[in-house]
Amino acid sequence: MNLTLKIWRQKDAKSKGSMVNYPISGIEDDMSFLEMMDVLNEELINKGEEPVVFDHDCREGICGSCSLQINGQPHGPDRLITACQLHMRSFKDGDTIFIEPFRAKAFPVIKDLMIDRSAFDRIQQAGGYISVNTSGNTVDANAIPIEKENADDSFAAATCIGCGACVAACKNASAMLFTSAKVSQFALLPQGQVEATDRVMAMVNQMDEEGFGNCTNTGACEIECPKGISLENIARMNREYLAASLKG
Amino acid sequence: MSILDSKIPEGPLADKWTKHKNEINLVNPANKRNIDIIVVGTGLAGGSAAATLAELGYNVKTFCYQDSPRRAHSIAAQGGINAAKNYQGDGDSVYRLFYDTVKGGDYRSREANVHRLAEVSTNIIDQCVAQGVPFAREYGGLLDNRSFGGVLVSRTFYAKGQTGQQLLLGAYSAMNRQINRGKIKSHTRHEMLDIVKIDGKARGIIARNLVTGEIERHSAHAVVLASGGYGNLFYLSTYAMGSNVTATWKAHRRGAYFANPCYTQIHPTCIPVSGDHQSKLTLMSESLRNDGRIWVPKRKEDAEAIRAGKLKPTQLAEEERDYYLERRYPAFGNLVPRDVASRAAKERCDAGFGVNKTGEAVYLDFAAAIQRYGTEKAYTSGNSNPTKEEVTKLGTDVVEAKYGNLFQMYEKIVDENPYETPMMIYPAVHYAMGGLWVDYNLQTTIPGCYAAGEANFSDHGANRLGASALMQGLADGYFVLPYTIGDYLSNDILTGKIPTDTPEFDEAENQVKEHIQKLMSGSGTHSVDYYHKKLGKIMWNKCGMSRNEKELKEAIEEITALREDFWKNVKVPGTSDTMNPELEKAGRVADFLELGELFAKDALDRRESCGGHFREESVEPSGEQKGEALRDDENYKYVAAWEYQGVPQKAKLHKEALVFDNIELKTRSYK
Amino acid sequence: MGGLIKSSIARKVAMALSGLFLVFFLLQHFSINFTSVFSPETFNELSHFMGTNPVVQFALQPVLIFAVIFHFVMGFILELQNNKARAVKYAKYNGGANAPWVSRNMIYSGLVVLAFLGLHFYDFWVPEMVYKYVEFAPEDPTRYYSELLHRFESPIRTGLYVVSFVFLALHLWHGFASSFQSVGFNNKYSVAATKFAKAFSIAIPLGFVVIALVLHFNH
Repeated sequence: MNLTLKIWRQKDAKSKGSMVNYPISGIEDDMSFLEMMDVLNEELINKGEEPVVFDHDCREGICGSCSLQINGQPHGPDRLITACQLHMRSFKDGDTIFIEPFRAKAFPVIKDLMIDRSAFDRIQQAGGYISVNTSGNTVDANAIPIEKENADDSFAAATCIGCGACVAACKNASAMLFTSAKVSQFALLPQGQVEATDRVMAMVNQMDEEGFGNCTNTGACEIECPKGISLENIARMNREYLAASLKG
Repeated sequence: MSILDSKIPEGPLADKWTKHKNEINLVNPANKRNIDIIVVGTGLAGGSAAATLAELGYNVKTFCYQDSPRRAHSIAAQGGINAAKNYQGDGDSVYRLFYDTVKGGDYRSREANVHRLAEVSTNIIDQCVAQGVPFAREYGGLLDNRSFGGVLVSRTFYAKGQTGQQLLLGAYSAMNRQINRGKIKSHTRHEMLDIVKIDGKARGIIARNLVTGEIERHSAHAVVLASGGYGNLFYLSTYAMGSNVTATWKAHRRGAYFANPCYTQIHPTCIPVSGDHQSKLTLMSESLRNDGRIWVPKRKEDAEAIRAGKLKPTQLAEEERDYYLERRYPAFGNLVPRDVASRAAKERCDAGFGVNKTGEAVYLDFAAAIQRYGTEKAYTSGNSNPTKEEVTKLGTDVVEAKYGNLFQMYEKIVDENPYETPMMIYPAVHYAMGGLWVDYNLQTTIPGCYAAGEANFSDHGANRLGASALMQGLADGYFVLPYTIGDYLSNDILTGKIPTDTPEFDEAENQVKEHIQKLMSGSGTHSVDYYHKKLGKIMWNKCGMSRNEKELKEAIEEITALREDFWKNVKVPGTSDTMNPELEKAGRVADFLELGELFAKDALDRRESCGGHFREESVEPSGEQKGEALRDDENYKYVAAWEYQGVPQKAKLHKEALVFDNIELKTRSYK
Repeated sequence: MGGLIKSSIARKVAMALSGLFLVFFLLQHFSINFTSVFSPETFNELSHFMGTNPVVQFALQPVLIFAVIFHFVMGFILELQNNKARAVKYAKYNGGANAPWVSRNMIYSGLVVLAFLGLHFYDFWVPEMVYKYVEFAPEDPTRYYSELLHRFESPIRTGLYVVSFVFLALHLWHGFASSFQSVGFNNKYSVAATKFAKAFSIAIPLGFVVIALVLHFNH
């Protein structure tokens, strides 16, 4: 199939960027979206132009590197997948495809479609852990039974791949779904209780400091999340935060 | 042989590790504050090592090429992690896990290392649970286990199909705690391009800041390489696009021996290649073989008709199908180990029975499982006479509950519904058992340079069993390296900070800069991918699932020629003083072009079939096992450690003899 | 106001609580107004009580005014902040693919409601304040209904009210249900709670529309 790509090109963090048109042909249904980008880049290299820079690594939807806004939606039109799992059969001959980086003030562009998501790392560094040393003789793993439902919910929250689609989709560029998934994972486990108060306060404060927007409950994040992280996590974080604030 | 001292402690097998820990030197907490350690790679091994070393009080610097430590490719591991907990009470023990791992590795691993691995496996689970890793649980609230890869006990802990992700996030959270304390300085989007040796010891690295292109010097008292495996040598693999051999290869060029490069695991259940555009292969968890039956058509005409799209697999009757694993290996059937299942698939496809348009795919069929589960479910819900539709519906639900996410992933990629038509699978490169040679302390042949996880030649021998890689990565990082490295560093308490303005750093930095300059100044005929794809084809065709002398020799020649062409004609656009992914790729492919040659040389040297390495010249000549892999314990019961000598094919072989005091060597039979 | 409550979650909860308070007020306001449709006497009685009771006048009324001001000022602050959180906009943004229009445009429905409040204050609250506290006119417990009727004589004003109620409904449609989520209420009762909130968001504004039209045509 033949397509017209409109791609954000930006030389580096300081330069101004713009959308550039690239016609492309010979695209097959079986190609993944990133393989289509590979074809374009191979063409650009052969023409002596600089290829389009974009983040990608595992290409199986788990590393969370993909950060493409495709036709106005993070990871493109399909649900519950990342851009690397999107296949070209979702498009048809003659389509025009807009390809932009995930946009947020807290995610500055490094080059072209590549963004800096270290804000997510800093949120987790602020408290996204359980303080336990690697002694090798912590209590036996089965010493604390955990209700299956809580364990499953904790796991569901922990499947977040940190791609930032929630931020990209949110009209306010809010990082509440991401942060709440991280808070929830620990809040649902007995091991996480000891530091729960400090954790939620520290992580929310860091999230605010990074310059993300505020949550207005539009629900776009949940719909666009490639791992289907639930809005319940945001409600849980709101509760945790309120409880923590009252506790002081 | 004499150069290689594996430093295995004396004493009975089960006591070696405890005794060793009791006898090695420690560094007191006040002195740890004056000691720096560099960790390259932040996957399970690197992440856990960095966190633990920082926790102990060392100053740790981590490096990863990804934008966050959490994105290391350990995250993609699906199935699970083994541990000899015996929670199921099914007779598991440290010894059994040790035994299964040595046997699975086709008796090409070190007894002492594997036993230690089995010992600490239980600590890993305790540690991870304490960190908040949400493993799967039963309704009673206790941890659930499943069986994996045909072993006789249920010892695999898992978190749905995302065990690697959960474990890595655990290690990453432990890292975060140390980053927050200021004990770890995390350098993301950095790539190590050389190791710096001072007085023969590893004392730092040269790294490129991938965002600014700046070449940086970093010093430390010890360097830990945990940079993963080299499977991307084959171009197409289940590895991440960025996975590379550069860190370990540079260490090899500086004097670290590279062990058993030809031991590469080719995983039997991956989604087949669909065309030339393909950039990567996707694994379908091995757990699928618990319920799926593997087959190809019995008649070649049927296979041809299927390839031409004239026949559908569901139209073939039971007797027209060849369930070749069940036929050849009645005892283990579809659950034979990975190497055996992969070779069998290749054999059928090479014989012309492949079922997709490229002829390189076999079926993995769940129809029987759906019927079996459906009937069972109908019966338990009180419907003793269900219709065919009811059974199919109920069975589909059960299969969906077990493998839903995998089936969905398959459908997204292939655009076929695997509940209705059999899945197509084909083997793909998945794991590298080979890697840097290390002694019992995980130290390479460069003093002060350690290797952990997949980057070392590891504990998996010639073949890795399912759910063992995660175990090894975390064992190395959490429980082995933090002890053994202290023994070495106890001599460094008075050394003081290592300066970076020394001739050794100058030399290494200049070399890196020249290397980059050379990459940038190719004539510009072909892109980096062009060479990578060509290399991959040579490797896959001549050093793949089955190898012979003639083709291995050809491979060496072809790779040498390709490397020469690469250095003359590669095209790297852009400049080196900015973000330039093509330059990154070029550097990695340049190293693969050297490793490939050593790989072929190692495979050529090993005239026996063992584990993932199958030599066509070494098969059982007769009897029940006729045509199966034939191991040669008399001549090849050694680790092949290669010393760099300027050109890969000139590498010098050092043999570390493997001694088996506790296990009797047997032929692996799955008949 | 932004300085008082700094954290994003605290602001969000404050928006939800002030909103819930306004929802409650709306219900009370509607209940009284609705009596005008069938019993001008009851309406007069209730209005007189509300207009003269000191608790209502000097305790509840300031709280209400504070809630209104807080809700819209904080709404503006958050909107500005949210705008800044994405400095460079998308060339193509398909917001409709993952969130309904009403949820994404609370600022606009809110602005219409705010403009309406201006008109509404001008119509009722200002004359009432002038009557009571500037002119110190004598008490007349029967004046309310006739004043009310008088306001709805004009078809334009009635039309404006009706349009405003539609926007109020849109604002409530997202705001009421979403306030549960904001205060951390998301569990097995949420589906029912959301249904109730959505029904409320239609029913109450619709009721106001009916009242306006009845008064207009009764004249």
